[in-house]
Amino acid sequence: MSDSRETPQRTLGRIHVPTVTLAHGGGGKAMKDLIDDVFVTAFDNADLAPLEDQARLDMRALAAAGDRLAFTTDAVVVDPLFFPGGDIGKLGVCGSINDLAVGGAVPLYLSCAAIIEEGTPVELLREVARSMARTARDAGVRIVTGDTKVVPRGACDKLFLTISGIGVIREGVQLGAHAARPGDAVLVNGWLGDHGAAILAARGEMALDCTIESDCAPLHGLIAELLGRVPGVRCLRDATRGGVATVLNEIAQASRVGIEIDEADCPIREQVRGFCEILGLDPLYLANEGKIVAIVAPENANPALAALQAHPLGADARIVGRVARSDAGRVVMRTLFGGSRIVDMLVGEQLPRIC
Amino acid sequence: MKYVDEFRDRDKAAALAADIARLAASLADRAAPIRIMEVCGGHTHSIFRYGIEGMLPPQLELIHGPGCPVCVLPMGRVDDCVAIAEQPNVIFTTFGDAMRVPGSRKSLMQARAEGADVRMVYSPMDALALARAHPDREVVFFGLGFETTMPATALTVLQAHGERIDNFSVFCNHITIVPTIKAILDSPDVRIDGFLGPGHVSMVVGTAPYEFIARHYGRPLVIAGFEPLDVLQSIWMVLKQIAEHRCEVENQYARVVPSGGNAAALQAIARVYELRPFFEWRGLGSIDHSGVSIRAEYARFDAERRYSIPNARIADPKACQCGEVLKGVLKPWQCKVFGSSCTPEAPLGALMVSSEGACAAYYQYSHSKQRAGAA
Repeated sequence: MSDSRETPQRTLGRIHVPTVTLAHGGGGKAMKDLIDDVFVTAFDNADLAPLEDQARLDMRALAAAGDRLAFTTDAVVVDPLFFPGGDIGKLGVCGSINDLAVGGAVPLYLSCAAIIEEGTPVELLREVARSMARTARDAGVRIVTGDTKVVPRGACDKLFLTISGIGVIREGVQLGAHAARPGDAVLVNGWLGDHGAAILAARGEMALDCTIESDCAPLHGLIAELLGRVPGVRCLRDATRGGVATVLNEIAQASRVGIEIDEADCPIREQVRGFCEILGLDPLYLANEGKIVAIVAPENANPALAALQAHPLGADARIVGRVARSDAGRVVMRTLFGGSRIVDMLVGEQLPRIC
Repeated sequence: MKYVDEFRDRDKAAALAADIARLAASLADRAAPIRIMEVCGGHTHSIFRYGIEGMLPPQLELIHGPGCPVCVLPMGRVDDCVAIAEQPNVIFTTFGDAMRVPGSRKSLMQARAEGADVRMVYSPMDALALARAHPDREVVFFGLGFETTMPATALTVLQAHGERIDNFSVFCNHITIVPTIKAILDSPDVRIDGFLGPGHVSMVVGTAPYEFIARHYGRPLVIAGFEPLDVLQSIWMVLKQIAEHRCEVENQYARVVPSGGNAAALQAIARVYELRPFFEWRGLGSIDHSGVSIRAEYARFDAERRYSIPNARIADPKACQCGEVLKGVLKPWQCKVFGSSCTPEAPLGALMVSSEGACAAYYQYSHSKQRAGAA
């Protein structure tokens, strides 16, 4: 990194024990060693390097990029910490990037707070930090500040992260859940439910063999392509917890419109369908970590689809439905079978059915 | 998806729906609509999930029956579960959808939040594995469901017996559907013209236990599968019987249900359980011989004997009209509290509890129909 030469060189601390203890949260040398060894080493950038209590960001550079700041925060708890297609670190970085990007922002800076349970292996933390650093670097964002706390065994589950992010919204970009209008097209950028199914399968409780991988990915590149090439994009949302069904309900309610989707057009992998069939789950409510719902003016639906499909993270994009005047506030699905039904918000989490 | 998509074919569905409409029209001289009860909650779920009601002609009504074991669980039994789960050394294991069922004080989910060790399992064998892994803890499995889940619980008890695992027990709330169908048919205000029989229960018990429905009560019954085409074809078969003035037990789900049932499963049931004199059903009250308990021979696996439980009878809330909905006297949206003081977030009545309950299904999947119905 070219500007790292401007910061004074200092020797980074190292941890020589295999697991984190409460001493690493005590504010003394052990804590400094933990921060240096795990986080500073991995994140390695000029904005972080001074290790002040805050990152200092150049306002002129921000102002040149747009006319509004976007600011978001994401608490990440996931079990297991490592799963096919990702880990808690990648999940957190992508989550924050995507929360910024769906507002039309270019993500720039992240912060990372880690709450660590005593007894957590240090090498596990290093691996998570390396994954965060890699994801951030590939996405062109910097992790510029952070904090760590160590809590007694049982007070948290191994590792919780909170990742906040700042981005800049270009002048003229106006996206919002209230902006959907009757006639608009509803698009998604690919297979739905992969993350939720991958996490459930990775817990190993079901003894179901499957090779589903989380779709965890930073979507700002895809979104920049879409916004850059196609006018008339009214709303973007990332379909994380609660899945596409929840996001569509939020948009229908905020815009006071109905949304009609066609089950036949919803891209769901065979494996995810099979997984849901066995457990009595509905894939539309499964979490995604690399999927957006886009509401686009009718005349721009096909160009938007083409723009999404031109990007590697949108190759399997589809138009899944349309915004309607009737059934305001509701999502209605035409079933594969030829019937139709309401797709409501979930009350709580999806629970597997008894029989 | 193989073996699934074939049973969800849109064109076949449209053809069947047209056949059903023709048959129903030929019966149009009847004064009242034709009412068919699907007994099983799994059918209710399919009917709503695939939007089947919207494909049926107006002179045909589906009555969503009592076959959701989670829904018909009385509040007092949930209180008993909570009381066992709150014992200091207990790991209480349950199927997922029983977690949210409200007791008079709290649900198992609330008990877990307050510190009870309540864990979701997918099979009683998972609970037994927990017992093996935690010899210092007491593992209790919440045995729930009809003949569908009864054999798995029975086999787990036999396995525990064989392995001499003494920190495992079952809180047995298994129930049996046939006495309940009879109770519904005996109730004076009921008007049901035919039944879709439960597919999974029948896979275990076979077709013979339903013969009395055709013979003594003069109602046709078709044992139905759970895919949407199964349900449509079964409705058509019931209508055909009505049109031809036949009353028989027919088996649409022959690819899964052998007429003699599953001998090994029936044997396991007979070995482990005995009929209770009566069992309390939420929304329907006490029904004779409708539940089973664990035989004395396996008493040490019987949580009812191992733990002191409150065993209190808690009356259903007065405003609830679940019983009338179950019998087809009222449609869900005609209940006084539907959607107002009884919602899936805060269910008052049994049928709002699980996604297989008729009221929850209406609430979740078909608001517009409910509004149209209310208007």
